[in-house]
Amino acid sequence: MRLFDYFRSPQIKSAALAKERLQIIVAHERGNRHSSPDYLPALKKELLEVVRKYVPIDQSQIKVHLDREGGYEILELNITLPDEEQRSSRR
Amino acid sequence: MATVIVVTSGKGGVGKTTTSASFATGLAQRGYRTVVIDFDVGLRNLDLIMGCERRVVYDFINVINNEANLNQTLIRDKRVDNLYVLPASQTRDKEALTREGVERILDELKQNFDYIVCDSPAGIERGALMALYFADEALVVTNPEVSSVRDSDRILGILSSRSRRAEHGDEPVKEHLVLARYAPDRASRGDMLSVDDVLEILGIPLLGVIPESQTVLQSSNAGVPVILEEDSDAGAAYSDLVDRFLGKNLPHRFLTSQRKGFLKRLFGGS
Repeated sequence: MRLFDYFRSPQIKSAALAKERLQIIVAHERGNRHSSPDYLPALKKELLEVVRKYVPIDQSQIKVHLDREGGYEILELNITLPDEEQRSSRR
Repeated sequence: MATVIVVTSGKGGVGKTTTSASFATGLAQRGYRTVVIDFDVGLRNLDLIMGCERRVVYDFINVINNEANLNQTLIRDKRVDNLYVLPASQTRDKEALTREGVERILDELKQNFDYIVCDSPAGIERGALMALYFADEALVVTNPEVSSVRDSDRILGILSSRSRRAEHGDEPVKEHLVLARYAPDRASRGDMLSVDDVLEILGIPLLGVIPESQTVLQSSNAGVPVILEEDSDAGAAYSDLVDRFLGKNLPHRFLTSQRKGFLKRLFGGS
């Protein structure tokens, strides 16, 4: 058998298959583990109300994203303000 | 202040107890007062691997229940100074392993030891959770094989969410990867996950690679931690691992195999 093995064309390496399968399942399981906390929607709504007191924006212009990296949690808050001209013309 | 290190993996049979025994022995050899605790209540084996099974009188649960004190229970290693074993109970059920009890014993041990090594049972039940709860650092023992890698990732999740450090919002448990039973020739042929593959998936720093070695079984047969077999690959790999843990910057060895000759490859033979 060894003799035949030696001359046979190489097949897909099983380690590559293992790695691919693991990357998918581990990413999936980490996703479940780190699902976003349930206070995020409420936080977003309140933030929107506060910002609206000063700048007119709508729901789509505020983005709240929670990320975990190593031991840290990163709360990313992205508010797109309307350009200066738009705001002054509205006054 | 003593450092508490858990040796964990999720999956069974990957080399936790072998690693705990050699790691603790290595720390003690280097002059640190070290105790290694078996958390596998009902299925203790650390005593066998350490070769002290016939000297067990009292156990961890006896101490927790105040039926014996630590002095009576700790088994002093006869080969290496500064090394003590705290055996698990073989008969009691796991419910006896309470968080308060474990904490009390660890606090008492911290007065007298530099390192406390907690040999975790397999799984993610009480014994495993207790072993990792108080940890400052973790050795995650993994084999280059799909189920082991997946379980290690699961344990990493538990370390970062259910340890005391996580619950108290302290600095997270410091994680180290120990890749055991590694066969460099199989990895280079593409039949086994390579060190780099496992590192890429798990994303924690590599502390050591332990090559697959017949010496591991032979030394467990004899009740001698494999690190004491200094001439063996596995023993040398554990020795490097301990030095690296203590801050030495050593290159990883045993990552490649010597190429077999053409005839040997053609006609087989190990």
